Amino acid sequence: MDLSAINPILLLASLMVAATPIMLAAIGELVVERAGVLNLGVEGMMITGAVCGFVVAVNTGSPWLGFLGAAVGGALLSLIFGVLTQVLLSNQVATGLALTLFGLGLSALMGQGYIGVRAPGFTDLHIPLLADIPVIGPIVFQHDPMVYVGLGIVAAVWAFLTYSRAGLILRAVGENHEAAHALGYHVVRVRLLAIMFGGGCAGLGGAYLSLVRVPQWTEGMTAGAGWIALAIVVFASWRPWRLLLGAYLFGGVTVLQLNLQAAGVAVPVEYLSMSPYLATIAVLVIMRTGRAPGSLAQSFHASR
Amino acid sequence: MTIKTLLAGAGIALALGTAAFADAHGPTKLGFVYVGPVGDGGWTYEHNKGRLAVEAHFGDAVETVFVESVPEGPDAERVMTQMALQGADLIFTTSFGFMDPTINVAAKFPDVKFEHATGYKRADNVSTYSARFYEGRAIQGHIAGQMTQSNIIGYIASYPIPEVIRGINSAFVHAREVNPDVEFKIIWAYTWFDPAKEAESAKVLIEQGADVILQHTDSTAPQAAAQAAGDVVTFGQASDMAEFAPFPRVSSIIDDWAPYYIARTQAVIDGTWESKDTWDGIGPGMVGIGEITDAVPAEIKASAEALRDRIASGEYHPFTGPLNKQDGSAWLAAGETADDGTLAGMNFYVEGLTGEIPQ
Repeated sequence: MDLSAINPILLLASLMVAATPIMLAAIGELVVERAGVLNLGVEGMMITGAVCGFVVAVNTGSPWLGFLGAAVGGALLSLIFGVLTQVLLSNQVATGLALTLFGLGLSALMGQGYIGVRAPGFTDLHIPLLADIPVIGPIVFQHDPMVYVGLGIVAAVWAFLTYSRAGLILRAVGENHEAAHALGYHVVRVRLLAIMFGGGCAGLGGAYLSLVRVPQWTEGMTAGAGWIALAIVVFASWRPWRLLLGAYLFGGVTVLQLNLQAAGVAVPVEYLSMSPYLATIAVLVIMRTGRAPGSLAQSFHASR
Repeated sequence: MTIKTLLAGAGIALALGTAAFADAHGPTKLGFVYVGPVGDGGWTYEHNKGRLAVEAHFGDAVETVFVESVPEGPDAERVMTQMALQGADLIFTTSFGFMDPTINVAAKFPDVKFEHATGYKRADNVSTYSARFYEGRAIQGHIAGQMTQSNIIGYIASYPIPEVIRGINSAFVHAREVNPDVEFKIIWAYTWFDPAKEAESAKVLIEQGADVILQHTDSTAPQAAAQAAGDVVTFGQASDMAEFAPFPRVSSIIDDWAPYYIARTQAVIDGTWESKDTWDGIGPGMVGIGEITDAVPAEIKASAEALRDRIASGEYHPFTGPLNKQDGSAWLAAGETADDGTLAGMNFYVEGLTGEIPQ
């Protein structure tokens, strides 16, 4: 065993990268659930975003356009879910699961011909001055731009839900859709917008995998990240900053367990492999005080 | 994944359903069960190349179907059963984890022939075949041991099964032979194919000082990670992965299944097929060594090629004593070579490797 081989600065730096895809997908789902909709199709939207982003980035040569394409792709796929559940009032759980299966198949189809192709790279952003601070600089200020975009989205969602009138309306729709309707708010419209935001964020998370973290397209490459994102939303009690903590914790323990393995720590590998899941659930359950939005997963129709 | 399996199953049903109207002496039907997508650029990609070679060789005399990304579990049994029910004459199951499902399904369909890759269980209608990848690993170790500056070689292992452990031991023995200070850091990924996890593992190994990465997983993600790091050497796994040549990929182990698949299909057509165990290496051409690029100094390249030729001719066995097991107990005396039985069930590290094999 040689723990000195683990460089804590590099470990913390790769933690931020490892957490980003899950964080992006989870923050989108958080908004969706705060609006009272349960979309279990995160995995399907992520993988569709991954392939859309990859295809656009390869064809345009711009990773930024790739991410834009990924967000649009994810949002379009989520719109299918939105129309089915909000307009046609189908069951949200079943529709969400179907969306995941559909997304996996669709992405495999779209990705034909892009296997083994290389995507244009993102260069890491070295923020002037800040990046040169010892220790903190390499950990926090030397990442690719999407890491900061992700953090920005979390902060924006928090501010939106806490301070803005539109955020208040969204929360009202999620807590009690009949009351919100009686006050004259468009429940279905608010929810459709929330669903599309969730799809867009999931798409960004998927594209982060295919454009930055791996970076290439392979079928099924999200490998369950969407389900982790869903779980983190629940364990974070639907609060943005806790969600950030949960995602970093998960990303951190994931990277740490690989580091421990490489350093030859005498803990059975099976325990190390399950540790990210256990640690995240344990911490967030202990902290848990929140409750689910009142109208979560219920269908709404103005006539009832 | 499930929906794809279902769709593929429906496709087979349709194809074979219409074929049933053809006359009874129609083409020989071959089924292929793959563990990953055919576009993985590695293991499954090469098996699929073998399938395409069979089609090209026999033309209309054969008909092939395949199902990709089949999980190693009950799903595999279902896919095989479906293929057998729909008239396949010969089914290739191409991953270690398909071993028990293959044996189970084969017992239900005594008239269908099965070929299981890399396993050790056989039956009257089940053959096994594998390649002596450890011969290729010896050459990788030989090059890796001399290319490393930090004396740390990272190894992304998949599952703790004999095939993988053999590869680690073979690479290590030959890396130590040329560089007594070399050390291996091993990560068990517990997957054959998960690009995100493979990339992450490669990055962690690089962060911990490895400047050569060997992989026993199927995707090209570690190659991409090494390329991003800039000064890390890699080797193509299962397939040439030439898109990463000349650097970081400096050589590769290539699985060439085509001759074997053609021979076995011919045996079914001739009615001479019988259950046997095939384990071929560099000599018969089942294991190919991809071009060693100019990133490797000429004298290392020459000695690696000499090693390859000595293994191919049978003059040298990669596991030749004196070799001890990890705990220091004697395994092979000087000049003694390992027998196939021990190699097939290898579950121990050789002396010098650190860490434990997960049980």
